[in-house]
Amino acid sequence: MPTTPSPNPPEAPDTAGADEKVPFHKRKADKVDRLAELMGDREAGSHGAGVWREAFQRMRRSPMAITGAVIVAVFLVIALFSPLIATYSPTSQAWGGEVFPNRNEFVGPRAENWLGLDHLGRDMFSRMVIGARQTLLVGVVATLVGFLFGALLGGLAGACSVLGGRWGRQVDNVVMRVIDMMLAMPTLLLAVTVAALVGPSLTTVMIAVGIAQVPIFARLLRGAMISQGNREYVLAAQALGVRKRRIAVTHILPNSMGPVIVQSTLTLATAIIDAAALSYLGLGNPDASYPEWGTMLSEAQRFLSSAPSLAVYPALGIIITALGFTLLGEALREALDPKLRK
Amino acid sequence: MSSSTPLLAVDELSVVFHRKGQNPTRAVDGVSFTLEEGKVTGLVGESGCGKSVTSLALMGLLPDRGVKVGGSAVMRLSDRGEQPQEADLLRISQRRMRDLRGSQLAMIFQDPLSSLNPVVPIGLQVTEILKRHRGMRGAAARAEAADLLYRVGIPDPTRRLNEYPHQLSGGMRQRALIAMAVACKPRLMIADEPTTALDVTIQAQILELLKDLVTEEGTGLLMITHDLGVVAGLCDDINVLYAGRAVETAERAPLFSDPTHPYTVGLLGSIPRLDAPRGEPLTPVRGSVNDNIAWTDGCAFAPRCDHYTMECLQGPPQLVEVGAGDPGHVHRCVNPISHADVVDRAVLESPAVVGDDEEERG
Repeated sequence: MPTTPSPNPPEAPDTAGADEKVPFHKRKADKVDRLAELMGDREAGSHGAGVWREAFQRMRRSPMAITGAVIVAVFLVIALFSPLIATYSPTSQAWGGEVFPNRNEFVGPRAENWLGLDHLGRDMFSRMVIGARQTLLVGVVATLVGFLFGALLGGLAGACSVLGGRWGRQVDNVVMRVIDMMLAMPTLLLAVTVAALVGPSLTTVMIAVGIAQVPIFARLLRGAMISQGNREYVLAAQALGVRKRRIAVTHILPNSMGPVIVQSTLTLATAIIDAAALSYLGLGNPDASYPEWGTMLSEAQRFLSSAPSLAVYPALGIIITALGFTLLGEALREALDPKLRK
Repeated sequence: MSSSTPLLAVDELSVVFHRKGQNPTRAVDGVSFTLEEGKVTGLVGESGCGKSVTSLALMGLLPDRGVKVGGSAVMRLSDRGEQPQEADLLRISQRRMRDLRGSQLAMIFQDPLSSLNPVVPIGLQVTEILKRHRGMRGAAARAEAADLLYRVGIPDPTRRLNEYPHQLSGGMRQRALIAMAVACKPRLMIADEPTTALDVTIQAQILELLKDLVTEEGTGLLMITHDLGVVAGLCDDINVLYAGRAVETAERAPLFSDPTHPYTVGLLGSIPRLDAPRGEPLTPVRGSVNDNIAWTDGCAFAPRCDHYTMECLQGPPQLVEVGAGDPGHVHRCVNPISHADVVDRAVLESPAVVGDDEEERG
């Protein structure tokens, strides 16, 4: 007999005719149980893990995930503890007298300033470190805004289209036409419009970039949900009388999140770039002296021929960060993909 | 519990698909059958004869656009109250139907892997039904789910509750699906080719499990299959469908010993035999299901029939009694075969046939 408490074969409270004769399937189940017992609990421990823990275990073995995680972790540490790491104030022009952009005289890396000075004589390293925090903030908040509203609209449209019947398809239609209108506008133009309407500030940039991502998230999630809605397990769940809301939330949604998660990592990267573009257009943080990688990049553009390193540092920062998030997201998608599980 | 009315009485069920710019397709065209508690009724036929559409229509799971369902399917609902209630499954509201599904009638699908949600643990998928229909929560629901899995023969059920469908074997998945279907002790179970995706030994186990459930719980089972071996082992009453209509209806023994409709005879004759001489060609029913004529013009099977005459092509053939001391055996044929010599004993010896059929075979 199994020592597990819940299934209690002899006293099972069902079956009317089980008085004298043990039914066949129970006899067999007993046998199978005994066999499982004898074979021992070999796999115990690896079971009982949730989707995310299981995904995490898979990711630990993936070099892609490790690379991505290391990059993201380093970036996060720098961003979160930037005031402690930065060696000088990012706005202090203490070395202003040593840099003459008009004469193409710049100061490169040296013991005092690890990455050299920018065109106004500010410490490049400190600006990069403080800029990381701004960049992280813009990227994460913009992506969250896009993800949240996009998933909300897309999820609503997808669920209505799959399960809502005639009326639901009308809802889907209306929502998606609105999304189409948003999608018809170029991302940057949309962001500029929003930023211009609300007024220039860092918050504006985050909201604007986020809203520009909404239609992409919405379409992606809706498409995935509709394709999942035609799958047989949805029909099976319906056949068992599961409520529509529950089918949408526990069955269709988790199966549709894969592409959305990947998209959000890509969006993190583009959001950083879009935010830089908005800052460049003067719609970002009104305090231009406060560092942000995008702003630094656009400022360095003027001195590209004489001091390319001024552009290279923030560019590298953006590229590596974006790469880190993308690798991590891609690895996460693979780890969550049930088809690739072994 | 005994009542004169059957558990489910399907009368003249028809399903017509309307498509834009095309002629409507009659997938099911006046199918009638009854199903008793503790009995198994089989719907047999090849692909495209309307088996699955019939089951989906009964479950109310057909798409809501471009489909017209006719006829009636009266089901006797749980008579825990004073008097048994009846409901026409084709007429009741969507909301009511959702409450009935899973609790009073359940369905088992063909492919267990695609019928289970790949990213949700088995346990959650089982407890979800217990929550929905029996109001169970938390630990109680989990314990009941484990017990259910145990009852359908899944070893170490508490561990399996946390596993995902891909971690189970094919037979185990089908067992889990069956556990979900029987979670609320439904009175009617529809099994749409439940063994097609499984290999033969697992097939036999699953059929046995279904048989046990039917006899122990008194569930009525509607078995939809194209496998006559399954039919021989499990079904009490059999309806052979062709092109959306029943062409022959009989109890198991007469259907296998004295099939009268040429299509039934053809199906039985087409089963490969283990004891056939080496190299002997198979005997298929020639043509395909697309080679048919409208039932209104004559017998839809005529283009594939070896016995058709002019009479077969003059108006729709009626469902008539075979007669001769064989009540309940009806067929839709004007040129029935009287003594089929192709009756296949091998079918009755299929792995699905167990124990209590000994005397019928002897």
